[in-house]
Amino acid sequence: MSAPVLALVVAPGGAPERPSLEALTLARRLAGDLGAPLEAVIVAEPADARSGAASLAGLRLEAAIVIEHDALTLDHPDGWASTIAQVIASRGPAAVVGKGTELGNDLLARVAARLDLPMAANLVSVEPGDRYRLTRQRWAGSLLEDCWLDAPTRLLTVAPNAVPADEPDGSPPPTIETFAPELTAADLAVHVTSREPSERGGVSLADAKVVVGGGRGVGSTEGFADLEELAGLLGGAVGGSRVVTSAGWRPHADQIGQTGLRIAPELYIACGISGAIQHIVGCKAAKHILAINTDPDAPIMSVADYAVIGDLHQVLPAVSAEIRRRTSA
Amino acid sequence: MNILVCVKRVPATGGRIVLTPDGQDIDTRYLGFTVSPHEECAVEEAVRIVEARGGTSTVLTLGPAAAEEQLRDAMAIGIDRAVLLETDGRDWDPVATSRAIVAAIQAQEAATGPFDLVLFGNESADSGGFQVGIRVAAALGRPIVTGVKGLVPGDGRIVARREAPRGGWESFELPLPAVVSVKEGINLPRYPSIPGRLRAKKKEVERSSPVWQSGGLEKIVLRLPKEEITAAEVIGRGPEAAPAIVDLLAGFGVLER
Repeated sequence: MSAPVLALVVAPGGAPERPSLEALTLARRLAGDLGAPLEAVIVAEPADARSGAASLAGLRLEAAIVIEHDALTLDHPDGWASTIAQVIASRGPAAVVGKGTELGNDLLARVAARLDLPMAANLVSVEPGDRYRLTRQRWAGSLLEDCWLDAPTRLLTVAPNAVPADEPDGSPPPTIETFAPELTAADLAVHVTSREPSERGGVSLADAKVVVGGGRGVGSTEGFADLEELAGLLGGAVGGSRVVTSAGWRPHADQIGQTGLRIAPELYIACGISGAIQHIVGCKAAKHILAINTDPDAPIMSVADYAVIGDLHQVLPAVSAEIRRRTSA
Repeated sequence: MNILVCVKRVPATGGRIVLTPDGQDIDTRYLGFTVSPHEECAVEEAVRIVEARGGTSTVLTLGPAAAEEQLRDAMAIGIDRAVLLETDGRDWDPVATSRAIVAAIQAQEAATGPFDLVLFGNESADSGGFQVGIRVAAALGRPIVTGVKGLVPGDGRIVARREAPRGGWESFELPLPAVVSVKEGINLPRYPSIPGRLRAKKKEVERSSPVWQSGGLEKIVLRLPKEEITAAEVIGRGPEAAPAIVDLLAGFGVLER
């Protein structure tokens, strides 16, 4: 049997995250092209690993590998890197595929550094061969690079929101196998030593169904009141472009874009945002984009589905008033 | 504390990216150059820590001769020393880049003593490989935390704080020497002063020319993604558009009631 393709499935609380399922989908295509079995390593807290493995039923995996080590929690990046390096040594995969989120890239880069192997981050496609031909994102997805990867084991991460995850079918659940890594004190030395809750309550920007984003056109910290009001009425969250976080109008955690958050809400309302590519890459995964801008030729218009030409400080209060009028009627 | 900051010269893109006809590079004829926002913050953080605790700050880059500009930008806001690992402009992949940086760090430390802290930006703005800092840390046998938005140095230790994947914050306490990749938001970088710029102009840049090597990744060509450029449908102008907007919101099912 040919060498397997190994997917890394991060499953906090036993539930695989969407970017991991996207990575699994690309791994399945690669395994199909290679005629190789698809296996997954479940990256989860010890108590959640088996439910994480069971949740992969219908996703056409041969095996799900559950890691057994009492001290290995998600708070140990080097512990996981060492574990995955040991799994690679034991199973000899042709390729290892993980999610291209920040933590996904961090994890596979630690594996790559340990094994002194190259790693390609943020793929959108892969063609196997003597050398693998890859397409990967640069500039957070504003640009694509076709490249060759020449390595005995190919370490790959998949760009989030680039490969739609396959839906489960009626196929049987994977065989569950266990693997007990040997971890040294050095492997567990880097770990989370304290936690603090978020300073702010409400809907998080990453999870909100509706995001109201503000740019230079908002004008000031106070100017965000109009955006807050609308977001409050819609149960949504407020974000901003790099201009507004660099000006200190909003905290950096609210930044949508290449150096902030990538969001994928149902609706993104871009207010007074011209649309630099660094912002577009952060919001283009939104299902619908409505732009409110005084400039009908702003670059944001080329990615928006709908536009309202006008001053956001006049439009937004009118929208909030209209919502109140209809919902109280 | 002695701190090294590693930066990368990249084009200052803003609008649409234009490629050279052979697809090998971004057409930079009409663009300036900069470093990523994460790296601007790494430079600022190094200057602040040295201002508060004493020591020396050094900036290092691997890049073409013109990358001297980014080193002088860093010195203009207060970095003490600069090291240029000069290339002929070819792409260096992450493995090759990190090997060259490790060799340079070892040479620097042999000459002037250890760096307590090596800072990187979380990822380069252009290639976005997310791995050079991690590779350098592993080769040096030092701990690394990435995605850091807060640093509190102490005696022989440093606490690195970052946003936790599922909300809130998580902190790592690391023994020094350590490596940290920082993100924009850790600070608001200052603008260089005129005297700062003048001082930076006169400072020496230490140069060496590492030999190019392949690290297993090789660029074939760059492409612009196929974008569905849809002219946005204009649904109204000014506050009079409010009913049309609310109709749209209702259609998307995002009105709560």
